[in-house]
Amino acid sequence: MKIKNNIAVSENGFVFNPASGESFTTNQVGLEMLNLLRKGTDKEAIIATISEKFDADASLIEHDLNDFSEMLKQYHLHQHEES
Amino acid sequence: MKKVKPKLTIAVTGLNAIDSPGPGVAVIRALHEAESFDCRIIGLAYESLEPGIYMHDIVDKTYHIPYPSTGTEALLNRLKYIQEKEKIDVVIPNFDAELYSFIKLKSALEQLGIRSFLPTMDQFEERQKINLPEFGKKHGIKVPGSKAVYSPGEINKLESDYGWPLVIKGKYYDAILAYTREQAVSAYHKISAKWGLPIIVQEFIHGTEYNVTGLGDGAGNTIAAVPMRKQYITDKGKAWGGISITDDKALALTTHFLEKTKWRGAFELELMKDKAGDYYLLEINPRIPAWIYLAVGVGQNIPEALTKLAIGLPTAPFTTYEAGKMFIRYAWDMIVSLKEFEQISTTGEL
Repeated sequence: MKIKNNIAVSENGFVFNPASGESFTTNQVGLEMLNLLRKGTDKEAIIATISEKFDADASLIEHDLNDFSEMLKQYHLHQHEES
Repeated sequence: MKKVKPKLTIAVTGLNAIDSPGPGVAVIRALHEAESFDCRIIGLAYESLEPGIYMHDIVDKTYHIPYPSTGTEALLNRLKYIQEKEKIDVVIPNFDAELYSFIKLKSALEQLGIRSFLPTMDQFEERQKINLPEFGKKHGIKVPGSKAVYSPGEINKLESDYGWPLVIKGKYYDAILAYTREQAVSAYHKISAKWGLPIIVQEFIHGTEYNVTGLGDGAGNTIAAVPMRKQYITDKGKAWGGISITDDKALALTTHFLEKTKWRGAFELELMKDKAGDYYLLEINPRIPAWIYLAVGVGQNIPEALTKLAIGLPTAPFTTYEAGKMFIRYAWDMIVSLKEFEQISTTGEL
């Protein structure tokens, strides 16, 4: 999943969509996922990075990443052309 | 060597900085921040309790002017009197209801030395709420279905065309969302008692509302355009807080509107984006909106550019603005002496 280029993300997890004017907040794990997605990191690498950093089970992180990706789509923060 | 800025005397209406605010005070703030000129501000007020009258740090002198209902002759006579004393260079009217008079008096005011930069009478009439369906068709812009009605009975016929809810609108101001026939009839009577007939019944578009303020040079060019999303809305539907956004579709629609209409002057487009991402034009306000200071704050001083166009100075189009800046409005209690209130009430000048 690709995140729209113009989305602004602060280090505190404040997310602003300048096209719609909507703003959101996310926790530390969500912020980490969002930043990795913005860099174009693939799903497997995101799961590996986060499960290592937060010392969590990979299957749990995969589940959270899927949920989080759906939420990003719902809030129109993703690019329509998915890679 | 320091460049000397010209000093202009600018008359501004809409000093009613109340819960449903006129744009005057925000326009005056913008004019005081102009880089290309200094200014002296003459307030033009209809009521003695318009807060801007008493803001002496930004308004140099205020005069009462007659209500639009008294006709253009009365307004012209009053402005002749004011002009003898004040030597006004530019007038910026900020109310929909007074624009007809100021547009009609354009030449007469120019003869007095008072210039303006307003839409033409045709542009002003074409975008009236009652003409919006034809306007949309003519210029290829999506608009919600709407009809001007002269009796509550006519609303019944429209519920099958548009479904519920319906937006019941006044000719100039006010809009009430009605979910039932009873609510629609009640809204019809409430608004018609205040603003007269017809009442406009409009299809409700579900979606997110966006507004764009801008300035057209009268030749089809965009001089300024800033889109905003309302973040905090009062019970009267006015923005009490908003944020500048970068919405390509809204900006493209604005450019299209200006190219097609060759709009002259400032404006505000009220847009609704539906779930499919399509934009509907709900209304065209033929003037500067009350939230104009946000446009100044993000880099487009529209009142300054409008003033320059009015006096024939070269005015380059703004090409950028800062997205993600907010405005948050606030109320402020001023302490005013009875003497001042007495003076504006009895002499019509302060």
